[in-house]
Amino acid sequence: MNAVVLDHITKTYEAGKVLAVDDVSLEVAAGELFGLIGPDGAGKTSIFRILTTLLLPDKGAASVNGRDCVKDYKAIRRSVGYMPGRFSLYQDLTVAENLHFFATLFGTTIEANYDLIRDIYEQIKPFSDRRAGKLSGGMKQKLALCCALVHKPEVLFLDEPTTGVDAVSRKEFWEMLRTLKQQGITIVVSTPYMDEAVLCERIALIQGGKIMSVDTPANVIATFPVKLYAVKAANIYRLLTSLREDTAIDSCYAFGEYVHVTFRDDAEPDLQQWQQKLTAQGHEQVEAKKISPSIEDSFIRLMNEKQNGQP
Amino acid sequence: MNDKVIVCEELTKQFGDFVAVNHISFDVRKGEIFGFLGANGAGKTTAMRILCGLSYPTSGKATVAGFDVYKQQESIKKNIGYMSQKFSLYENLTVVENIEFFGGVYGLSSAEIRRRSDRLVNKLGLAPEAKKLVGSLPLGWKQKLAFSVAIFHDPQIVFLDEPTGGVDPITRRQFWDMIYEAAAAGITVFVTTHYMDEAEYCNRITVMVDGKVEALDTPGNLKARFRAASMDEVFYQLARGAKRSAD
Ligand SMILES: Nc1ncnc2c1ncn2[C@@H]1O[C@H](COP(=O)(O)OP(=O)(O)OP(=O)(O)O)[C@@H](O)[C@H]1O
Ligand SMILES: [Mg+2]
Repeated sequence: MNAVVLDHITKTYEAGKVLAVDDVSLEVAAGELFGLIGPDGAGKTSIFRILTTLLLPDKGAASVNGRDCVKDYKAIRRSVGYMPGRFSLYQDLTVAENLHFFATLFGTTIEANYDLIRDIYEQIKPFSDRRAGKLSGGMKQKLALCCALVHKPEVLFLDEPTTGVDAVSRKEFWEMLRTLKQQGITIVVSTPYMDEAVLCERIALIQGGKIMSVDTPANVIATFPVKLYAVKAANIYRLLTSLREDTAIDSCYAFGEYVHVTFRDDAEPDLQQWQQKLTAQGHEQVEAKKISPSIEDSFIRLMNEKQNGQP
Repeated sequence: MNDKVIVCEELTKQFGDFVAVNHISFDVRKGEIFGFLGANGAGKTTAMRILCGLSYPTSGKATVAGFDVYKQQESIKKNIGYMSQKFSLYENLTVVENIEFFGGVYGLSSAEIRRRSDRLVNKLGLAPEAKKLVGSLPLGWKQKLAFSVAIFHDPQIVFLDEPTGGVDPITRRQFWDMIYEAAAAGITVFVTTHYMDEAEYCNRITVMVDGKVEALDTPGNLKARFRAASMDEVFYQLARGAKRSAD
């Protein structure tokens, strides 16, 4: 059975002037860990808000665990957990009071489902008497997640849950999502972190309110159409500037300590010659190699193709 | 001495009994891109707010652009730009109104503001959006605009608190192009981020753990010291230590 179904959903704002969701159809299987990936303004938050019954679509139908998002909104609200991107906490309540409030709202207690939230909650528990407004940015995200989980929802909607969360906690957070999945909870999550997109079973790439593809991360990466190279030098910014002036290069962008490069007509450079050329241009400690693309490379390529109107 | 634009010695901030920033010491050099990393709650924003002249330390010393963080907060504010972790523009003003407002705050003449404002709007490719409310722009655009506004008055130093949080991979890179450009023009950049690939783009990095500076070096040296292939690993080794002591 599908836990989440979107059937030709369209949503506009400002009396039809802004098209936020453009005829989107999508199915998420029960128990699946599903990612919505796309740039800001792509329509992800609108989709979350329609599925959590907080927003009415202009056209189309949506359902969660067989319940209609418009007619059965009450049943849906009781059975799903939703973590909106920002501002879901009561800033003037303490950490403990916020969690207690959400538990009470859903007629449960913190203790009843403590197992679900333990790993994350223990990190902010030392500060349980602190008002939410005085927490650091990432600590707020952790509390918001606990609040969305405290009633053991059937389906969990997480809109950029790890934005502002540090690298160590993000790893722990995704381990926790995997545990939740093992307990049968369906999870739909959006994220700007591409290393997290890889951890989803399937991802939908969204841009401009439209779904560009739905596939496993492995398949998305496998369809990267050209050869990819990584090159580094002592001064990355200068290297980037040189590469941008090279007419043989089709695309280049910083990627940690390397710059990733593709060549026009998918040409294959002689690595040795290329390194010598860059060294002659005054770059130091040049190192170039051929690499396999990551999901972030795929994403950047797909988004740029779409923007430049290529197929 | 002259090329040190930020000097911190034993800088400390307490909230009641809680020590948020714990005797931190470091220097930042002119024109440097200085990365300020650390786990959630490590004390980055708290320290940054002191350096921006927005809050007083409990003890310790610091100067920013040569001005004292206790006695010369107003001079500090005039000589720096600050982009806060929360969004730092007015959502219900238009793009141009925001630029005019902040230009005015920094005491630029209206002719100067208009000249710079036109140049900026064109450079960002925001001309069609100039009369739109900032609240209606995608996050990436807002952040680029907020950065431009933060350096609108040609400050000596710009402080950026998680400027790319939640920003997509393409826009993130465009943002870093702007950072490089500002640094090349001589503006010192003090930046926090949770994206470890961005840590690689900094000249030097500090990693804060539980209010203390646990490491300070170039990304290359840090990786060598921790025998790590990436900054992600360096960070993991340092910040995981914090979690243990919290148990
Ligand atoms: N006004 C305040 N009163 C009490 N505690 C505070 C106050 N401001 C900050 N803190 C606490 O100080 C610590 C450091 O917070 P800070 O915001 O500096 O962290 P951070 O390193 O910026 O974290 P993040 O990466 O999550 O933004 C946290 O434990 C926070 O709750
Ligand atoms: Mg912070």
